[in-house]
Amino acid sequence: MDRLHTALLIAVMSAVTAALRFAPFAVFGEGRRTPAYIEYLGRMLPYAVMGMLVVFCLKNVSFIAAPHGLPEFISVAVVALLHAWRHNTLLSILAGTVCYMLLVQLVF
Amino acid sequence: MRGVGMAESKNTKKIGLKAFRATLPVMAGYIVLGIGFGVLLQTKGYGVLWAAAMSLFIYAGSMQYVAIDLITGGVSLLTAAVVTFVVNARHLFYGISVVDRYRGAGRKKPYMIFALTDETYSLICGDDGFESERERHSYDFLVSLFDHIYWLCGGVMGSLLGKVLPFDAEGIDFALTALFVTVFVDQWTSTNKHAPAVCGVTASVVCLLIFGSENFLIPSMVLIVAALTLMRGKAGVSDG
Repeated sequence: MDRLHTALLIAVMSAVTAALRFAPFAVFGEGRRTPAYIEYLGRMLPYAVMGMLVVFCLKNVSFIAAPHGLPEFISVAVVALLHAWRHNTLLSILAGTVCYMLLVQLVF
Repeated sequence: MRGVGMAESKNTKKIGLKAFRATLPVMAGYIVLGIGFGVLLQTKGYGVLWAAAMSLFIYAGSMQYVAIDLITGGVSLLTAAVVTFVVNARHLFYGISVVDRYRGAGRKKPYMIFALTDETYSLICGDDGFESERERHSYDFLVSLFDHIYWLCGGVMGSLLGKVLPFDAEGIDFALTALFVTVFVDQWTSTNKHAPAVCGVTASVVCLLIFGSENFLIPSMVLIVAALTLMRGKAGVSDG
């Protein structure tokens, strides 16, 4: 492939990504008061988005084909239960990841 | 506002450590995913400089994997722009929810916005009880910077090392899924109003089933905003 075209593609992808990140700040910038509706969305979105991100991470898991999403389901449960119990982020992530690695490498 | 010099530098160190500790799970995930990216890019004939430039300037995990296909396919600039918009539109949400948090961050602010990835967002969207806004901005800045460095290191390492990993790392990228689950649980236990969280999961699952894994993000975002707008002011999720 043409290297110049590749460089331009990278520039375009960088610019669009940055534009998406900067857009809310450009619209509701310094000095202006954030409208109440946006403030409300800003307060509620973190809760909704984190759910969306978990689904996003698991989007390619197939429940029809073996192993039917079992490694993911078990490991997510381990993380969630351990975290609800101990509230130690590093411990929860470490245990969940080790659990997942063992399941995909040795069991399924 | 300005404290005594000594106290301030001691505080800076404390915040630096706190930020470093918070980013450890991202370090694990980013280095591994970054290596995967570098290796894949290398096999398509693009060396370390390309990997570094992409990790530095695009700096968006899943997008960079998509980018490999776009580059090797030699798509048009317009196609690349549209695909990037679809894959990364969720970043609009992050900006909207930290517009107030980042207010007054000064010279650090442009970089903090540029480097606002999923993982960085998940680490800064909670309030970690800082004494001042200045401290919180320093923390947010350092978290952004550390994560960016991990991602860059991963990409460069993958490109240079190729497939030589010291151990079988299959599945280690689950660390990022686990990170989001812990943040989800933290948020869940911090409030008794669960409607927004339930709405996020439900809308995403419904859209995933309808639109498929490649196209569900934007419909999910629209559905989430619509649902949150309907809930506004109603019992359960009051405005105040």
